[in-house]
Amino acid sequence: MEPDEQETGSGGGPAPRVAAAGVRTRAARGEAILEIRDLAKHFPLHRGVVFQRQVGAVKAVDGVSFDLYKGETLGIVGESGCGKSTVAKLLVGLERPTAGQIRYQGEDIIKLSGRALKAVRRNIQMVFQDPYTSLNPRMTVGDIIGEPYEIHPEVAPKGSRRQKVRELLDVVGLNPEYINRYPHQFSGGQRQRIGIARGLALRPEIIVADEPVSALDVSVQAQVINLLERLQDEFDLSYVFIAHDLSVVRHISDRVAVMYLGRLAETGTDEQIYEHPTHPYTQALLSAVPVPDPAARERRGRILLAGDVPSPADPPSGCRFRTRCWKAQDVCAEVVPPLDVPEWFVGAGPAGHPSACHFAEERSDAQE
Amino acid sequence: MTTTPEPKLLDVRDLKVEFRTRDGIAKAVNGVTYQVAAGQTLAVLGESGSGKSVTAQAVMGILDTPPGFVTGGEIFFQGRDLLTLGREERRKVRGAKMAMIFQDALSSLNPVLSVGAQLGEMYQVHRGLSRKAARGKAVELMERVGIPAAAARVGDFPHQFSGGMRQRIMIAMALALEPELIIADEPTTALDVTVQAQVMDLLAQLQREFHMGLILITHDLGVVADVADTIAVMYAGRIVETAPVHQLYRAPAHPYTRGLLDSIPRLDQKGRTLYAIKGLPPNLTAIPPGCPFNPRCPLAQDVCRTDLPPLYEAGPGRASACHFWKETLGGAR
Repeated sequence: MEPDEQETGSGGGPAPRVAAAGVRTRAARGEAILEIRDLAKHFPLHRGVVFQRQVGAVKAVDGVSFDLYKGETLGIVGESGCGKSTVAKLLVGLERPTAGQIRYQGEDIIKLSGRALKAVRRNIQMVFQDPYTSLNPRMTVGDIIGEPYEIHPEVAPKGSRRQKVRELLDVVGLNPEYINRYPHQFSGGQRQRIGIARGLALRPEIIVADEPVSALDVSVQAQVINLLERLQDEFDLSYVFIAHDLSVVRHISDRVAVMYLGRLAETGTDEQIYEHPTHPYTQALLSAVPVPDPAARERRGRILLAGDVPSPADPPSGCRFRTRCWKAQDVCAEVVPPLDVPEWFVGAGPAGHPSACHFAEERSDAQE
Repeated sequence: MTTTPEPKLLDVRDLKVEFRTRDGIAKAVNGVTYQVAAGQTLAVLGESGSGKSVTAQAVMGILDTPPGFVTGGEIFFQGRDLLTLGREERRKVRGAKMAMIFQDALSSLNPVLSVGAQLGEMYQVHRGLSRKAARGKAVELMERVGIPAAAARVGDFPHQFSGGMRQRIMIAMALALEPELIIADEPTTALDVTVQAQVMDLLAQLQREFHMGLILITHDLGVVADVADTIAVMYAGRIVETAPVHQLYRAPAHPYTRGLLDSIPRLDQKGRTLYAIKGLPPNLTAIPPGCPFNPRCPLAQDVCRTDLPPLYEAGPGRASACHFWKETLGGAR
């Protein structure tokens, strides 16, 4: 099978995306298209077979608030079990939240039902992590990408669907002739393109991408990232981009939220988070990322965290990170640190961004 | 390749492995040559299907046969060609002299045996210790790899440990008989970055302590930069470049290596199109003639489509399987 990937970059190195500006202009802080307030999802834990009783709850997401602005990419990073994928499912309506609000264009979509909910869902689509299991092996590519039209027939009348699917294949860099092929005939990168085409079918405004490139090889990963960025410009999309790969998130995101054990630890622009992190967890996370530069081996001030992430069924009181934090004091066990700009950092340049830590400060041994 | 006077711990020469499948013969390894000295870390870098894991399986002697067959080459370990040894002799080498750490600790450990029993088994089988003495050794090992409350947890089952702790148990098991060579196949890929840092630190520290040779198989350019001495980059079952780690990152001598390094998102590329290697890795049942990388290579000329490049010596201690290695080294893209 001849691949015809388009995002190959130019032979002479990376080319600017927007010729005039040189560097892609940051999304102007326009209106918030999505406002998340105190979002929580608790999965009940049951014991007993006949007389089931609830013995607790896994607090996968526990009070998360953020905004998504039109045309921007919000990156959510965190380790496994921090709840980032649950946030994704809540945003697209695959899970019902235990508490909180998801306001889309000012309206709380959790309260909606029936036709109104369906209309909203059309505008928030998802791209999944695993291109191997998220495509039905018994359906042709044409049927997979066209399936959203069965649910939302108003978007494309029956006669025009094949043509629309062909256009979508072309948009994501696949040969439209492949419309009758099955998923197993494609490589991982091509399958992820199919998943992206399906996400685009209904012309959504928001795409929630949950680890869209983590299953792909490095050389293919860059192709898919380029595709996502091109599509964002072309269709004026807003992305919620969830990943554990910090360098990928930095590359694609305008703003970044760091998640730990069901809560946000720190939010800010990519520069604020990566260059001026003030939350100890963010600092440890960034310092642990292996840098593809052997010269950096010695001069990195690496923070090695002790232990593992606690169970979300029984999270620590107060600050959730305190059990692994080297700065923890008594207050950390008693008072939940709010996600606000610490008062001693208000107006303090790039360090002045929301950080949920009682002792937020920049690293003194900042790496050069 | 370079020739060094000191005898190498492991010396793999022109190894070839193929898988005979219904869809044809997949040539997974097509003439791989590498050496590892005691106390040295060789990183084998490659994408899925590059043959990096299959090479390691052939070295360990745990290739699934059929469908996999070693069809050529030699594997010298401490001067003996492992491929000429009988089953029993091979078995004595495996585990005692060379050990392997797998990616997925949960599926590599036996779920119905306690970790103590699995660790102790090594001593019972290879050293003939009693069950009780073996259990004592197991506790010692678990302490070695930093498992808290080892004596209390020796009877626990694999599922009762976290991912990072399970990987520590895998490392403990590999270390049990103090082997001379450890092969770690994507040891931290399934782990989170903060835990990955802990595990890589442990591995490096134990390697120094026991002066073991380490083969680290990975696709992660960051992990490699952190720990390796030498790197071998594999593509379509061949080594396309070997070099000391600093030199490889500073100036790659093969266009594939350069492409991999260029496709990592870097700070100064924010907001720009990432460099991406065009196309896909080749199908191993139909590897293109000439240089296997030629359909994806920005420097490809006619000669690349017809002649397979040998591993050219490209400076002290480094080699590149590219007809245009000089140009690549000089910065051509």
